[in-house]
Amino acid sequence: MSLYSVQKFLYQLNRDPKVQQRYRAERDALLAEYELDDEELAAIRDGDIGKLYVLGANGQLLMHFAPLLGMPWAEYLEAMREGVRRYGPVRAGIYAMTTSTDDKVAGL
Amino acid sequence: MSLVYAGVCSHAPGITGRAHLAEPALKDAFHAEFYRMGEALAATRPDAIIEVGAEHFGNFFMNNMPAYAMGMADRYEGPIEDPEWLGIAKTRIPGNAELSGRIIRSVMQEVDLAFAEEWRFDHGLIVPLHFLTPKFDTAIIPVNINCQGPPLTPLKRAWAFGEALRTACDSVPERIAIIGTGGISHWPATPDSGMINSAWDNEFMARWCRNDRQALLSYTDEATYREAGQGGFEIRTFISVAAAARGRGEIRFMQPIPVFAVTCTLAHMSIL
Repeated sequence: MSLYSVQKFLYQLNRDPKVQQRYRAERDALLAEYELDDEELAAIRDGDIGKLYVLGANGQLLMHFAPLLGMPWAEYLEAMREGVRRYGPVRAGIYAMTTSTDDKVAGL
Repeated sequence: MSLVYAGVCSHAPGITGRAHLAEPALKDAFHAEFYRMGEALAATRPDAIIEVGAEHFGNFFMNNMPAYAMGMADRYEGPIEDPEWLGIAKTRIPGNAELSGRIIRSVMQEVDLAFAEEWRFDHGLIVPLHFLTPKFDTAIIPVNINCQGPPLTPLKRAWAFGEALRTACDSVPERIAIIGTGGISHWPATPDSGMINSAWDNEFMARWCRNDRQALLSYTDEATYREAGQGGFEIRTFISVAAAARGRGEIRFMQPIPVFAVTCTLAHMSIL
């Protein structure tokens, strides 16, 4: 259920400017409204794309968090690779990595 | 009237958002052919375009995920994504609630589908429209097939949905075009982004072009995931269009552009 809450947060963040505004202005109060464990809470609070990727956040939700954090595409891809280096393989979902952390598939 | 045009196309956000990172000549050739597809579509004078996309949690989430949903509003908006990231400015897209309602009532005779009186277009719908109806002056009837959050609708149901769309189009006096968007093999939004299985793509499009129902429906999600990535689940939209059009397909453009994460594909199908 907890990964579900991570993804629900990302869904609401991506589509609702008010949630984006609250993420900037009152992050802790916003995140308290979701059933997140400590690891998930820290990953969202710190904008840790790599950890969120490893936790199994759906890529179609996660990829929009990156521009919100001011992160260009190439950095987003590298953040996910760095997540796998630091925390191990993707733990859930359908967005697993099959390439190596050294690969740059499209040159990025 | 009935269907006046049927086609399929890629919808990857990189097509517009990462255009500057692609090899310019290849990108320009693809974009030019995409615009030409829009001109061919316009020449058939459609009153509305049914755009069958594969949503990516723009409107629908796992708290209440329809297998099939159709928009029923007079106007929509998009893109839901950061306009700078996608390379498409926020805009209004015209709809036709009354026509949607008639089509929905007809489709419901065969396939249960959800309707939505609000819909914010994500890249799955608005990237194709950026090229096909660049002035956003043609009524769009958005359709979503859930290709993201398993359990996913079986391919045979995507076919039945396409047949029901055709019956609905045949039942209204308006001239209707249908466009399926998505696919084919891809591993989007992961470090694998840019991986492409060209052999798989070629085989799938060969089956699509000859409108081989049995071959199109023989894919399993397990094999598709393994060979064509989670993005491969979006073949459902192409399958629906084949079922609706009943004709033979012709490829207008089909080239891998890895920085866009897909084999960029444009094809249309004759209507029988």
